[in-house]
Amino acid sequence: MAKISEIAQVCKSKNAGPFEVTIDVVFSDKAMFEKVKKTQVLNADLIARLYHVKPSDVLFTVYDAGNAFKATVPRRIPAGDIGDTDVYGAQQHAPLLDVDIPISS
Amino acid sequence: MQEYRLLSTSGLLGYGFPEESLKEGIARKPHMIGVDGGSTDPGPHYLGSGKCLNSKMAMKRDIALMLEAALSAKIPMVISSCGGAGGEPHLQAVVDIVREVARENGHRFKLAKIHAEQSKSWVKKKLAEGQIEALKAAPHLDNGAIDRAERIVGMMGPEPFMQALDEGAQVVLAGRSSDPAPWAACATRAQLPPGPAWFAGKVLECGATAALPKGHDCLVATVQEDGVIVEAMNPIRKCTPMSVANHSLHENSSPCYHVEPGGLLDTSECRFDALSDRAVKISGMKWEARPYTVKLEGAELAGYRTITICGTRDPGLLGQWDSYLASVRENIVTKARAFGVEPDQYKLIYRVYGRDGVMGDWEPVKESRSHELGILVEVIGKTQEIANAVLSIARVNTLHVDFPGRLCKEGNMAFPFSPSDIEAGPAYRFSVFHVVKDVDPLSMFPIEYEMV
Repeated sequence: MAKISEIAQVCKSKNAGPFEVTIDVVFSDKAMFEKVKKTQVLNADLIARLYHVKPSDVLFTVYDAGNAFKATVPRRIPAGDIGDTDVYGAQQHAPLLDVDIPISS
Repeated sequence: MQEYRLLSTSGLLGYGFPEESLKEGIARKPHMIGVDGGSTDPGPHYLGSGKCLNSKMAMKRDIALMLEAALSAKIPMVISSCGGAGGEPHLQAVVDIVREVARENGHRFKLAKIHAEQSKSWVKKKLAEGQIEALKAAPHLDNGAIDRAERIVGMMGPEPFMQALDEGAQVVLAGRSSDPAPWAACATRAQLPPGPAWFAGKVLECGATAALPKGHDCLVATVQEDGVIVEAMNPIRKCTPMSVANHSLHENSSPCYHVEPGGLLDTSECRFDALSDRAVKISGMKWEARPYTVKLEGAELAGYRTITICGTRDPGLLGQWDSYLASVRENIVTKARAFGVEPDQYKLIYRVYGRDGVMGDWEPVKESRSHELGILVEVIGKTQEIANAVLSIARVNTLHVDFPGRLCKEGNMAFPFSPSDIEAGPAYRFSVFHVVKDVDPLSMFPIEYEMV
């Protein structure tokens, strides 16, 4: 098993407009990306569980050209609205860091 | 082979760029120089308040260098989404800076100003005609919401830029624009196909963000019939196939499909080929023309904010935070009511750093192990006076409310500042995030010309 934080080159989040946040996991080499992709652990259902949204609200993309996985979900609270904690959406990636991928790192 | 070179100086007007990078960019003989000026990313405050995101000093520095370079090279200078939010006050602020720089340096040129603010009566008319649709997760729009909006801008496509350049403008300053629009405008005006033209715009709007290391710096994109070549101008930065491919992830819901005014940029079959160790050619992008839509953005007043910042180092308090906070909240409601302020006139928010201050309900770690907690107490009031009064009573109670086994009898919190109450002024929210259909790409965005 390997955690995303141990095998990914990038794990980040950011606004995609004021009402959605997008989370990216990027791998530095094709081989690792393909290994992770093959496990199918990273998918819309996982993102829905981690971010407490419906699976149908997750836009999940396996982005082969960038060795990356991308998930876009509705924000908990719109950017800058009353109660928002993260105007830029730049610190919402942490739940993914601890996700275990069943591969040998 | 026909090609068109575009020089972007930075990620945003006022973020700065090294002068050497600009010189290197100009040496490539670009056909235009530009910078994106805006974003919704810093939140609704700027669109609501009419204030610019970046300082006048920082914007003036960038404009002075870019204007000098553009006029010397006899190429147009284009700035989109002026001042951040691209409303009328933001556009005027940038126009004023350009006039000031021209006056100080004896520059003469034809200036085009493209307006993006939309009248509420027009937006209501389009709503009544059923021509307005909400974007994903956007709030409901009705006439009341339109009336409440402080300001509504339309996000222009390339057409107004093309019109201004056709009219001979050497400097184009535009209100809210789709980020790639000015670049796509210049390249398609030079008869290059829309796919590469829009793709170039998607990269250029962020300056050298698509390079490694990413940074606020200059980037040149060369648009060709069959693709785009991108290269960072600073020798410390390199564009690699992977850095450019991954730029498609940035601030987009999808890395493959990009909805723009008048069409969809499809990058799902893009190829990224290294031309050298620092330049990349991208090909295979497709542009699919679609019925013309324009995005609308609006912000409304949410209330008035006052905050205070404090922290606790008391283990006894950390162990019973939830019951303590419930008791503090109860005290505040009672005391505010005593001076005539009901709970529906304010919102009281405790942000607890060290617990869930960053992620709120999304925080997966439920047991904080921190030896101290940082507290940001916030009140949003219907008036500033209410916000100040409730925050003041909240501060006192957060400091002094008793709890079982309390040893820190003189106070529960450490306040770093005096005064500890910080009046933050009007707070806004994004209230319009919609598209309007069946519109003319030009008539929503009137252009004014002047000789500077």
